[in-house]
Amino acid sequence: MTTATHQPATAADTFAARRQSPVQRVQQVLHAYPTISPVLVLIAASVVFTIVNSRFADPQSLSLVFQQVAVVAALAIGQTLIILTAGIDLSVGAIAILSMMIMAKLSMDHGMPGIPAIIVGIAVGTLAGLVNGLLVTRIKLPPFIVTLGTLSVFTALGLLYSKGQSVEAASMPAVVNWTGTTFAVGQFRITVGVVLVLVLYAITAFALSQTGWGKHVYAVGDDAEAARLVGIRVNRVLLSVYTVAGLIYGITAWILIGRAGSASPNALTDANLESITAVVIGGTSLFGGRGLVVGSLLGAVIVGVFRSGLSLAGVDDQYRVLAIGVLVIAAVAVDQWIRKVRA
Amino acid sequence: MTQLAHGSAPAPVPPADTRQPVLEARSLVKTFGRVVGLDGVDLQLFPGEVLAIIGDNGAGKSTLIKCLTGAYTPDAGEMLLDGQPVHFKRPQDARDAGIETVYQTLAVAPALDITSNLYLGREFRRKGPLGSVLRMLDKKAMRDNAGTSMSDLGIGTIQNMSQAVETLSGGQRQAVAVARSAMFATKLVILDEPTAALGVKETGQVLKMIEEVKNRGLPVILISHNMPNVFEVADRIHIQRLGASAGVITPQSHTMSEAVAIMTGATTLAETPGRAG
Repeated sequence: MTTATHQPATAADTFAARRQSPVQRVQQVLHAYPTISPVLVLIAASVVFTIVNSRFADPQSLSLVFQQVAVVAALAIGQTLIILTAGIDLSVGAIAILSMMIMAKLSMDHGMPGIPAIIVGIAVGTLAGLVNGLLVTRIKLPPFIVTLGTLSVFTALGLLYSKGQSVEAASMPAVVNWTGTTFAVGQFRITVGVVLVLVLYAITAFALSQTGWGKHVYAVGDDAEAARLVGIRVNRVLLSVYTVAGLIYGITAWILIGRAGSASPNALTDANLESITAVVIGGTSLFGGRGLVVGSLLGAVIVGVFRSGLSLAGVDDQYRVLAIGVLVIAAVAVDQWIRKVRA
Repeated sequence: MTQLAHGSAPAPVPPADTRQPVLEARSLVKTFGRVVGLDGVDLQLFPGEVLAIIGDNGAGKSTLIKCLTGAYTPDAGEMLLDGQPVHFKRPQDARDAGIETVYQTLAVAPALDITSNLYLGREFRRKGPLGSVLRMLDKKAMRDNAGTSMSDLGIGTIQNMSQAVETLSGGQRQAVAVARSAMFATKLVILDEPTAALGVKETGQVLKMIEEVKNRGLPVILISHNMPNVFEVADRIHIQRLGASAGVITPQSHTMSEAVAIMTGATTLAETPGRAG
């Protein structure tokens, strides 16, 4: 701040400093803090829905919103990491289903105790993420193609392994659906799964903002060649990101069993697009290198708030689908606009 | 390009210098199939000097620099760093040995702030378990250090170290890249066409930084197409031609047009010995 005094401002500098219109100021603030837009959308939507139907703000309906969005919010963490590296993951739901069916089947049919079954399920999810990462870094295929392929592969594996049959959570060891256990916080009903999701967000946010690994993830997504030139091992960073994403999808599988009360190989059909929607509405750039993981939590909650608010307003659910579509396009348009900021 | 800021202007270093070079290349050869990139190139960089490398397209400038920075491994010949033979297999080896490179392409992460860019890949961790277990970065120490380094290099126009690099001008971005090399180089800094993407005013800023780096005692190798730039900052000029060294001149011994003539093969150093030669 103090160094500016050494150099006398030129006429051009003065001109540039004076010329800012309010719109440019908004652009610059959004550029510095892209998460402001989802925060504003969430506040505005909550206010409007509360005015339309005051039951929207009831602890019960808000608790339900959190429980409904938990799974997509959890998947969106892994999706955020991958999108930050300028990738995309279409195999999100398939990995979670595969992990979930392994947890369910192992603990049910093979009589494995709950905790080892959960660990094996999460390990398989992690391994699936590693496979995506290896295909992206070693075979150098675009993430879109890799995960489009593994979407089919992991979906098929999940169906083959489970023979297409669902497993009721009631017949599993208690710990496997422990994530669905609810407890009261004031008037709110919170599930263990919701808490787990918040913990995952806290850990990821810490890793991204406070560690060197986080800086490298942003740098790789921003400009992989520049990152390589400064000595970052780009492939190692990418591999770690896809593997951590797989780990998160594996943990999400456990949350999903608790939420759904069963393990069905046909669940999560819209998970891929919903997780990408949450990330994009949350202000993370699809072009990589910018965004915050907490934005994806906001994005997922916004979708849940629209679902709850519009249904309480007595509006056809298709209007929610329509509104979310508009939000996605608006979010990407805003991202494109704020990326044009120059000093 | 009028102010020649050479300070005390030491006498041009004679070719038969007896000082130990910081970096020396002997008879480097690099071929690509039948194409000869380097045909036995010798190069010496002495302490505290700015050595420019000039040459026409295809003269082997890039190949030479890629050998020096570890991007290529030479087929034959040897490289000595402070008199010790070195073999770089990858750019990281050269970096570990104390050679930092600034590229024409502005190798910065635009969305990250200045401090993060300066320390990218070499972050400081916090002391104690916060750093060793949680791997937390010591952001304050990095920011403070970054501010000091930038102002030491005479970059007064950057006000906020937590500003995203993409909000900077091209010259300021390149200043960040030069500052990063100067901070971490222990032996020398190589600048590969650092001003090619910059305007006149911004080029001036980068040239000033080159002088600053040199004044701190770090020798600099500057690759450039721009003769006025080269003649402004270089102590000696190594001319590459057709994959070989066409001689070493100084801005005092030869004029720009003589340099260009040697570079393009219109004449040779033997035919144009220059004033000091």
